[in-house]
Amino acid sequence: MTTATESASTLAPRLTVGPVNQRKVITAEWLKLITLRSSWITITLGIGALALMGGVIGFFVNRDWDHMRPGRQAAFDAVGTSLSGAQFTQLAIGVMGVLFVTGEYGTGMIRSTLTAVPKRLPVLWGKALVFGAITLVLTEIASFVGFFVGQATLGTHAVTLSSDGALRAVIGTGLYLTVVALIGVALGFIIRSTAGGIAALVAILLVLPGVVSILPETWQTNISPYLPSNAGAALYDLHPESTSLAPWNGFAVFCLYAAAALVAAAIVLKRRDA
Amino acid sequence: MIHLQQLTKQYGSKTVVDELDFTVRPGIVTGFLGPNGAGKSTTMRMIVGLDRPTSGSVTIDGKSYADLPAPLNEVGALLEARSVHTGRTAYNHLRVLAATHGISRSRVLDLIEMVGLADVAGQRAGAFSLGMGQRLGIAATLLGDPGTLILDEPVNGLDPDGILWIRNLLKELAAEGRTVLISSHLMSEMALTAEHLIVIGKGKLIADTPIADMITAASRASVLVRSPDSRKLQSLLTGPDVGVIESGPDLLEVSGLSAPQIGDLAAAHGIAIHELTPQRASLEEAFMKLTNDAIEFHGGTTADMTSGISEPRVAA
Repeated sequence: MTTATESASTLAPRLTVGPVNQRKVITAEWLKLITLRSSWITITLGIGALALMGGVIGFFVNRDWDHMRPGRQAAFDAVGTSLSGAQFTQLAIGVMGVLFVTGEYGTGMIRSTLTAVPKRLPVLWGKALVFGAITLVLTEIASFVGFFVGQATLGTHAVTLSSDGALRAVIGTGLYLTVVALIGVALGFIIRSTAGGIAALVAILLVLPGVVSILPETWQTNISPYLPSNAGAALYDLHPESTSLAPWNGFAVFCLYAAAALVAAAIVLKRRDA
Repeated sequence: MIHLQQLTKQYGSKTVVDELDFTVRPGIVTGFLGPNGAGKSTTMRMIVGLDRPTSGSVTIDGKSYADLPAPLNEVGALLEARSVHTGRTAYNHLRVLAATHGISRSRVLDLIEMVGLADVAGQRAGAFSLGMGQRLGIAATLLGDPGTLILDEPVNGLDPDGILWIRNLLKELAAEGRTVLISSHLMSEMALTAEHLIVIGKGKLIADTPIADMITAASRASVLVRSPDSRKLQSLLTGPDVGVIESGPDLLEVSGLSAPQIGDLAAAHGIAIHELTPQRASLEEAFMKLTNDAIEFHGGTTADMTSGISEPRVAA
């Protein structure tokens, strides 16, 4: 590769640059997100699952309805079935939140980022805001699409959006996933390694409820509803356990977990050497 | 202007940077030299706020890095070779950094052109060779047109063409009145690029001197003398500036006297001389002498090679 040893003075006169602010950092974080191929793949998978998986399951449920036992027919949750892709989506979104941060630590990009934004916290808020906003918009759309596609395939067993709790469950699914996105970003900053961050995410959202379920029943009753994913599920689960928190209370608890994680992320980001 | 004051960094009980005090002035290229593990990179990371000093402080034009309103406009830093997301294209990498400061897209394109990456700007940085990666790093460094440049081992792994390019670029940037600090573990490279040298070893300041003085100190001549009667000869070689080191059986390394002087002295006392070789230390050797005590990880032979050589302290 040859280059003319061109004079740097061709770039004179000296550039005047305005100060770094939160708005510029948000723009930069937005650019970061959309300029990585992995972002597009993960978003497509996560959103696609939420929008379409309910339809696939609905189709089979409808086809095999007559073979279902009466008990299960009675307990059938048309709304939950149409939104069943959310279980996969929460993993995709959570992993992407982790990767949005740990990808920088893994490649060394974080050094470029933090020398450009030495106050550091605007990077955390920028990432959380950008990824949170994208997740909110896309998962709300996908969950409405998922609901209507799902109901369309359920035939006579379908319900409408005006049925009891349906609208709350559909909107709540997007809200729940948005909070998962924020938890992912926070875990990324706290743990800084991709493998560790994803492991922590899976442990918190999926493994913890399983662990608690082997505890004595009285403990379960007291602990289980307050676990992050169980608390968050109260918002969109229309057939909750009897011990489950009230929908918005549960969601508030879930948001508190995310807020605590973001605060912890802010503290370690500010304190640790990069 | 970069100003370090008692800058110290400890990891646990290990002191990596030990009460460093020095000032890097604008208008010249300052070389930051030291063996591997001397604390150069840690010092540079502290200058740009990536690492927090255990004690002491470092300022750029009187301000601490984190307090600069537009850091890229004041300081351009090229740290460890790769500080780039491997999945992003060169162009997008620069665009992301530019966005944090609201720097225009045309400036990004100008820099890509200037560092010679125009043909590959659309390729993912992960596929770049070391040289291309270094050019991308330089482009990022110059993005905000900073008055201060800090480059950690900028020529590492570059081909001769690239080395020459960086050398000239840095000299020009300094000539424009910018402050330029580059680290290296190679004295020879510094001799070609830097005007001033800051040498550290084991985190401590060893020398802070114009490179011209360093060369003078380094080229202080010595003479290798082989004689079967070296002990007797040694007792005759005295004087205010005369230094004698026994570097082997019957072998003396004499400084402060010329070869003819030593030969005449030996003849006058009837001492046989088998070898009389004037020696000039290279800059590289001077650096090795200077940092011999301060080398973190000795290879098996390095100690043997340099032991017994006197240690001219360059005025700090």
